[in-house]
Amino acid sequence: MSNEEVNNGQPAIDNQPLTFDSKSYLNMELMRFTTAGSVDDGKSTLIGRLLYDSKSIFEDQMESIRATSERRGETTVNLALLTDGLRAEREQGITIDVAYRYFSTPKRKFIIADTPGHIQYTRNMVTGASTANLAIILVDARQGIVEQTRRHSIIASLLGIPHIALCINKMDLVDYNKEVYDRIVTEYREFATRLKTKDINFIPISALNGDNVVHRSDKMKWYEGVTLLYLLENIHIASDINHIDMRFPVQCVIRPYSDDFHDYRGYAGRLASGVIRPGDKVVVLPSGFTSTVKSVELDGKQMKEAFAPLSVTVQLEDDIDISRGDMLVREGNVPRQDQDIEAMICWMGEKPLQLNGKYALKHTSKDARAVVKEIKYKLDINTLHRITDNPSIGMNDVGRIKIRTTTPLFFDAYTKNRDTGSFILIDEATNVTIAACMIID
Amino acid sequence: MAYTLNHLKTLEAESIFILREVAAQFENPAILFSGGKDSILVTYLAKKAFFPAPIPFPLVHIDTGHNFIETLTYRDSLVEKLGAKLIVGSVQETIDGGRVAEEKGFNASRIRLQTTTLLETIEQYKFDACIGGARRDEEKARAKERFFSHRDEFGQWDPKNQRPELWNLFNGRMHHGENFRIFPISNWTELDVWQYLAMEGIELPTLYFSHKRKVFERDGVWLAETPHIPMKPNEKAEERVVRFRTIGDITSTGASFSEAATLDDIIQEVAVTRTTERGGRADDKRSETSMEDRKKEGYF
Repeated sequence: MSNEEVNNGQPAIDNQPLTFDSKSYLNMELMRFTTAGSVDDGKSTLIGRLLYDSKSIFEDQMESIRATSERRGETTVNLALLTDGLRAEREQGITIDVAYRYFSTPKRKFIIADTPGHIQYTRNMVTGASTANLAIILVDARQGIVEQTRRHSIIASLLGIPHIALCINKMDLVDYNKEVYDRIVTEYREFATRLKTKDINFIPISALNGDNVVHRSDKMKWYEGVTLLYLLENIHIASDINHIDMRFPVQCVIRPYSDDFHDYRGYAGRLASGVIRPGDKVVVLPSGFTSTVKSVELDGKQMKEAFAPLSVTVQLEDDIDISRGDMLVREGNVPRQDQDIEAMICWMGEKPLQLNGKYALKHTSKDARAVVKEIKYKLDINTLHRITDNPSIGMNDVGRIKIRTTTPLFFDAYTKNRDTGSFILIDEATNVTIAACMIID
Repeated sequence: MAYTLNHLKTLEAESIFILREVAAQFENPAILFSGGKDSILVTYLAKKAFFPAPIPFPLVHIDTGHNFIETLTYRDSLVEKLGAKLIVGSVQETIDGGRVAEEKGFNASRIRLQTTTLLETIEQYKFDACIGGARRDEEKARAKERFFSHRDEFGQWDPKNQRPELWNLFNGRMHHGENFRIFPISNWTELDVWQYLAMEGIELPTLYFSHKRKVFERDGVWLAETPHIPMKPNEKAEERVVRFRTIGDITSTGASFSEAATLDDIIQEVAVTRTTERGGRADDKRSETSMEDRKKEGYF
């Protein structure tokens, strides 16, 4: 094998110069990925390995876990200790809540939403998955596809994560055997036909030994694909955001009331999707008034255009009454407006979902109230089986419901737009967020 | 045109979104301003978020009375430049009022006393949301923190029972007497902060850059010579070229020897420090005791 072939598929970190180019960071992209897993599947080891091999662990952190490992009588440094932050988690050796980790390579900055994998923490997995570009799903090579693999995949698909990296881990324990890997890939492909996620990548790894995580394994020459870090660094994520349908939910109105800006009226918000430019004809929802974009700016700097997910301030040519919760959209490309909405929901509340129950609702920058009109079915998230016979939805359950809102929402299907297609429900007595909801076409 | 953003612009957009949500969802928010780079960053992002209107939050400085003079100079000129409102909560007044007792001895510090002054200030001005510059990469427990962090009527954080934060939907609803801590730069790392400050050309307190200063060593930490720290007979101040990586109360902020005179130098230093630290790790065979020694040198 030539040098070139060996380097192909190696992450850029290997070529990282010892001195740091202080301007190179201006071209780094941000990528979010989620991991889910339980005690023994090597998830924490994998994250520890990514952080360690990408040189993202500080010496004092390393010393700290080295000492803890020793104190516990463990023979090797337990990289899993890096990711368990809460006292209860360290004591019990489990991950309870979503933990966020950060590392970067010269190409990208990564945010890891590290979540527990057990079914009783489905709500935490959903939280971590809600903003992710990619989900890492771990399979133990000795066990193959198990219930948890299917559950994590279904959640990733439900939450619209565009990419999946299926890592077949613990290859060292099956003698790096190609047949084992092939069998698992075939089985997963068959299962994945039922998922919405189109981009699925398979990688045989050993998180413990570092094979194909950051460095290419010399024990699996039969594997011609890339390492996990190379995939994370290079997978195309720019198209994960909808740049077609302009949706600009107004967060607040900026009125300086100063002499210099006497008549200034700017609409502050973050593009949920699409592109906005001065001169664009826009419709204001819900009033339906039309106007033209006078300026798109931030901090007084005029922009030729702005695209999701930028936060900007927009001025219009006409003086229209616009406030928080309103939305600017393009003429000829408007979202659906309705009070009757169907959604897939993941329930997070301690009390089960109440049929005809009333809840507070948050959707983009809009607040409303909603009543649950119908529970269509509960989804078995291990099998995708629909339970229609008198379904009740409790904590960590996923189901499909129909609601009616006090005021129309302006929305798109979740599959088309993660920001305008999602909402949360809030218990009005406790103020706690109790449901994550994804709108169905 | 390719619609791609670099990571700093993505983080900026997220933080500005959060700050605007705070303005929209709360009645009386404030920025906790320490004079350090993170709270300076938050303040600049707030300026961007609401321009040309002034920042709709006052800056609250909990003043231990043991300041670097450079911090106060910077604070006052920033407030004037941005036309922001400044509220100072004075630890000295809390002490004079007999609500906390000053620590005694050589290592006396007012760090712990700050909490009382902070809670008093929140109560006095009835702030319902306090915006801080804490980041998730700073510390393990912080990695589990939310952007909108709910506090009960006693100001307590319940890490095992936090509200889920989904998509970009932030739930700031609360009962009377409760409040929120808001962390708009949760997703930034130390390096991100430096890189952004450099990219934007933001002016910082001179303490961050290398300068000559009289310092003395105590328990492995190099402290500035100041009337606020009584020196022991065996301690001797000497002039060294130093800078400060973090800025806080003068009695507990350690200096590091550094020639970094510009933001680019600092970025270089932060990045290269990592590489050299990492580089020696493979053949690193330290024992438990050497870690303790290291900690004494000021690692934590």
